[in-house]
Amino acid sequence: MRKGIRNWGPPLLLISPTIILVGIFVYVLIGVNFSTAMTKDSALTASEFVGLQNFTDLLTEPRFLHSLANLGIFTVFFMVGTMLFGFLWAWMLDKGVTAEGAFRSIYLFPMAVSFVASGVVWRWLLSSAQGDRASGLNRLLQSIGLGGLQNDWYNAPGWGMAAMAMPAIWQLAGYVMALFLSGFRGIPEELREAARMDGASEWKLYRHVVFPQLHPVALSALVIVAHMSLKVFDLIMAVTGSVYITEVPATYMWVALTGAEYGKASAIATILLLLVCVFIVPYLIYTARAERKARR
Amino acid sequence: MSEAATMAVTTGIERRNERLNNAPSGNRAKRRLSRTAKYVILLFFVVIVLMPVYVLLVTSLKGPSDVSAITSWRLPSRWPWQAGPDGATGFDNWVTAWNTLAAPIGRTFLLAIPAAIISAMLGSMNGFVLSRWKFPYANVVFTLILFGMFIPYQAIMVPLVQMKTSLGMPSSIVTLLFVHIIYGLPICTLIFRNYYEGVPNELMEASRVDGAGMLGSYWRIILPLSLPGFVVTIIWQFTSAWNDYLFALFLSDANQGPVSLSLVNLSQGAQLSNYGASMAGALIASLPTLLVYIILGKYFIGGLMSGSVKS
Repeated sequence: MRKGIRNWGPPLLLISPTIILVGIFVYVLIGVNFSTAMTKDSALTASEFVGLQNFTDLLTEPRFLHSLANLGIFTVFFMVGTMLFGFLWAWMLDKGVTAEGAFRSIYLFPMAVSFVASGVVWRWLLSSAQGDRASGLNRLLQSIGLGGLQNDWYNAPGWGMAAMAMPAIWQLAGYVMALFLSGFRGIPEELREAARMDGASEWKLYRHVVFPQLHPVALSALVIVAHMSLKVFDLIMAVTGSVYITEVPATYMWVALTGAEYGKASAIATILLLLVCVFIVPYLIYTARAERKARR
Repeated sequence: MSEAATMAVTTGIERRNERLNNAPSGNRAKRRLSRTAKYVILLFFVVIVLMPVYVLLVTSLKGPSDVSAITSWRLPSRWPWQAGPDGATGFDNWVTAWNTLAAPIGRTFLLAIPAAIISAMLGSMNGFVLSRWKFPYANVVFTLILFGMFIPYQAIMVPLVQMKTSLGMPSSIVTLLFVHIIYGLPICTLIFRNYYEGVPNELMEASRVDGAGMLGSYWRIILPLSLPGFVVTIIWQFTSAWNDYLFALFLSDANQGPVSLSLVNLSQGAQLSNYGASMAGALIASLPTLLVYIILGKYFIGGLMSGSVKS
């Protein structure tokens, strides 16, 4: 036992600052946040324990349900869009394209820009003014003879959040492309050649050789995009600010906090955390297991 | 590659070429057509992806008298240094943006550079321990640390804001520096752990045989090999601290905070008719991370890829 401590004491000591910091600032604070979520308070009076009431209130509150619906629409369009374009670009670039590096760099460059900076230009592009006053995309549509497609973008009630997914797709499709491209490149050329020698058509080659090899990459991409989507905050704050029409739980939480409704803000944050955990926890366990298996 | 494998691949290619050469000429024309179509599609997406950049540049270089909805997609009607009827030039937008953002940009450098270097150093130590010097349940600890990089930071924000208040921390980049170091630890640990997993065992063993302790091996063998890992981590951390808006909004004031806060204020204060200054501001504020991407793109992508957990 003593020998054991002598062996693993030093490495544990070396990593202990991180364990303590992450322990406090991730796990303890999540706990504190949850206990705050079970109180009703204002900034000045002592907070009062109310159990899960904040949660039940939220889940019946039209405003919160509206923010959840917005998040759902945004997430579906964001995920489908990034996966579609990311895969399409990677697939086209995979099979020897002149100036492949230039295409890749251009498709990926939005990742280097912040949502806040790109929000400035998307605010302009997605302006809802139409007809003579139209600027942004509506003006562009008019000038290429597609004036009939002009619309209110994110200002449209109902499906407006689908428009908010456009800047997000613009920003992250390149990232998904890079993931898929690394997946394509990870497939041994011998495998493809073997299939070709067996007389497989290009389509069959993809169907039976390439796509199955891409499953892990596709899973990573899906989980990463999904959790980024659920956390979306900067983009919406930069494009519209915290307004009702584009409200999602993350921005609603900001509104609640600035209104000193700590219990409500914490409850929204807890729900958000649970939503993200649905994707992340199985993914982390899956990755840890896969790694252990690979080592054996 | 073994000789047999080389043979197999070569014959494969020959057979494919045979197939292509024997194909009827209509097929070859079809192939050329599909190749052209591919480039047309690729270039179409280049135009789409670069469109916002065009809008930023063009709008930021238009003086106020040059702004109207009808001409909003056109190039400026005069050179940016030529004054319009109102005496204002296109460059005035850039001057306004620079005057607003220069001080915040300076503060953001003071925040992002130390945050990146300190988290990278801690990450390197952690990565070494978690890949080469494991203790019982090291993999569980690693997964628990990783969890911290995926959480929505809203889930810790209320207690964090309260903590900041009760400790009397300033609403400035000093507080943000601590926060970025702490919440940067998971990703930095991940990058270095994956990186050190790739270091050949023999190197470590040779050094151990020479009588070096684990710390000695880290110092003499691992650390000198770590430069690419450090570049990837520092770029990643620098970019995320530079681009951060969430922590900045919750924990700092615009007049002591980073550039993201000032940029949003500049942009949302703007009327639709005067987007010039905020577009110039967006370009100025993006310049440091864009330059890093252009100059060190390979390492930037390395950081991106490590975000998907598996190396």
